[in-house]
Amino acid sequence: MNAFVADEALTPAGPQASGEAEVLLRVDNVSLAFGGVKAITDISFDILKGEIRAIIGPNGAGKTSMLNVINGFYHPQEGTITWRGKVRRKMKPYEAASQGIARTFQNVALFKGMTTLDNIMSGRSLKMHRNFFWQVLWRGPAEREEIEHRKKVEEIIDFLEIQAIRKTPVGRLPYGLQKRVELGRALAMEPELLLLDEPMAGMNLEEKEDMSRFIIDVNQEFGTTIALIEHDMGVVMDLSDRVVVLDYGKKIADGPPEEVQASQAVIDAYLGVSH
Amino acid sequence: MFYREAGQFKTSYKADQALFPILQDRIGMAVILIIAFVVIPAFANDFFLTSIMIPFLVFALAAIGLNILTGYCGQLSLGTGAFMGVGAYAAYKLTSIFPDANVIVMVLVSGVFSAAIGAVFGLPSLRIKGLYLAVTTLAAQFFLEWCFIRIPWLYNYNASGAIEVPRREMFGFIVTGAEALPITRYFVVLCITAGIAYLMANVLRGRIGRSWMMIRDMDIAAELMGVRPLRTKLMAFAVSSYICGVAGAMMVFFWLNAAEPSSYSIRLSFQILFMVILGGLGSLGGAFMGAAFIWILPVLLKFVPGLLGIDIAAETVEHATFMIVGALIIFFLIAEPHGFARLWQIAKQKLRVWPFPY
Repeated sequence: MNAFVADEALTPAGPQASGEAEVLLRVDNVSLAFGGVKAITDISFDILKGEIRAIIGPNGAGKTSMLNVINGFYHPQEGTITWRGKVRRKMKPYEAASQGIARTFQNVALFKGMTTLDNIMSGRSLKMHRNFFWQVLWRGPAEREEIEHRKKVEEIIDFLEIQAIRKTPVGRLPYGLQKRVELGRALAMEPELLLLDEPMAGMNLEEKEDMSRFIIDVNQEFGTTIALIEHDMGVVMDLSDRVVVLDYGKKIADGPPEEVQASQAVIDAYLGVSH
Repeated sequence: MFYREAGQFKTSYKADQALFPILQDRIGMAVILIIAFVVIPAFANDFFLTSIMIPFLVFALAAIGLNILTGYCGQLSLGTGAFMGVGAYAAYKLTSIFPDANVIVMVLVSGVFSAAIGAVFGLPSLRIKGLYLAVTTLAAQFFLEWCFIRIPWLYNYNASGAIEVPRREMFGFIVTGAEALPITRYFVVLCITAGIAYLMANVLRGRIGRSWMMIRDMDIAAELMGVRPLRTKLMAFAVSSYICGVAGAMMVFFWLNAAEPSSYSIRLSFQILFMVILGGLGSLGGAFMGAAFIWILPVLLKFVPGLLGIDIAAETVEHATFMIVGALIIFFLIAEPHGFARLWQIAKQKLRVWPFPY
């Protein structure tokens, strides 16, 4: 699939296509500890604009903590995060969201009581600005704004092929579709960087294929940079442009999939070594 | 079989996002409004208006207020009674400070005071959730009730310690005070309740309503999507307390004529909470259904023995009513924990697919 990305003439995405790519996000010497537990130790890597970056590692390696650091949910004790060329100060999750970082969750974190449509509309929250007064009146500006964003949301619904479940409360949907709605919700934010925490966990083969296709399409059609955590190695190696491997909170490898696959440290981390 | 959306095509998002996208719902709503604004005033007697309809509408409004906080934003509150009391005392003080001002405006403004106090007591909600938050709102309940008793300025240093509603006129009609006609009061209460319910329906289907529901359903995800938790929760507290405050002011101004601190006790908080739970958390229609069940049913049940020609003592009827209503509450909560609103939805869904099961 990598070859496919490179061959695609139209694509603005992919570091291969654009030659020397701009660094979207850089993590420098980040360490995060909860009391005595060191979740992340001195990790540095970068994410280039337009690439699909995978973060892999055995359970408890600190992958999700890393994502939480990136979107401002955890604050690392040491190290800096550079976002679009500027060192980021300590920030709240909603600030990260407003700067264009969206994510999905390992355990589906949809708004269960709301419909698919409302869930995806909720991704537009940051882009809607009519205040309480106009919302109360509804007629006029608030309604116009709602319709304008509804159009955008319908585009995403078409893109993900979930027209039929538009008005279904998400709690009633099967797991695979919930994951898809969650992707839609993140896409509604029109993020620059999309963090996917195990987008294929618990899916069957067909659903995995669909999801892989959506991820590639998002990357190519919208030019969204994607950082994904995934345990399915086949998927990771096929999808990603570069892979960073964590183990016990430390970075043990970083590079193109083939290189990482061949790395002795990675093989040891996954298979274990005799001491 | 009459409730079908087949053949009703929508050609714009505007039509699809309407409050009642289905024609039959619009007709139903129109019928309810005609009954409320025309049929009831034309045929109802004073007892029906003062003992059933006015309190029902007041409680329905309070239930809407609590529903916004608990049902839509997921913040459990036991301070409803006190917030209603703040509205009532604020309206009383406002009418005595500005005797010439329009009393309805004063009632609507009094909600602002309760909104402010509600927002203050909503501050712990950033850190505390669920039952623990309920306990902190309980503190609001006891503290404010204490204020109503211990701060004589609030009741203008009356010897009785109660607030009594002065007589006020508007457009030549006596609106408040003992001489006000039930029909006038009914119209005022109906207009305010229906108006606020409509405005809240607008808020709830827009960005702000969604941000409340996001906080309710998954606060971490909401935060990562750009919702500011504190701001959103405080807004829910303020809006909810505003509505409860207006309901509390209406309760004394248009229904009871006089009120004591004990009118706004924890009992009232629980009563409103039961209306919300029984009606359905997160549903405006449910607030009305819950209020009807908790308030109207017991009143009506008291007439059943008389209508059937059974001669039993009044106390027995009273006790029997308690037992029947209690049993019905348990029955409905077992049958449908999500309240009447969900039952109504299920019924509509069944009608839609009739005669097939799905």
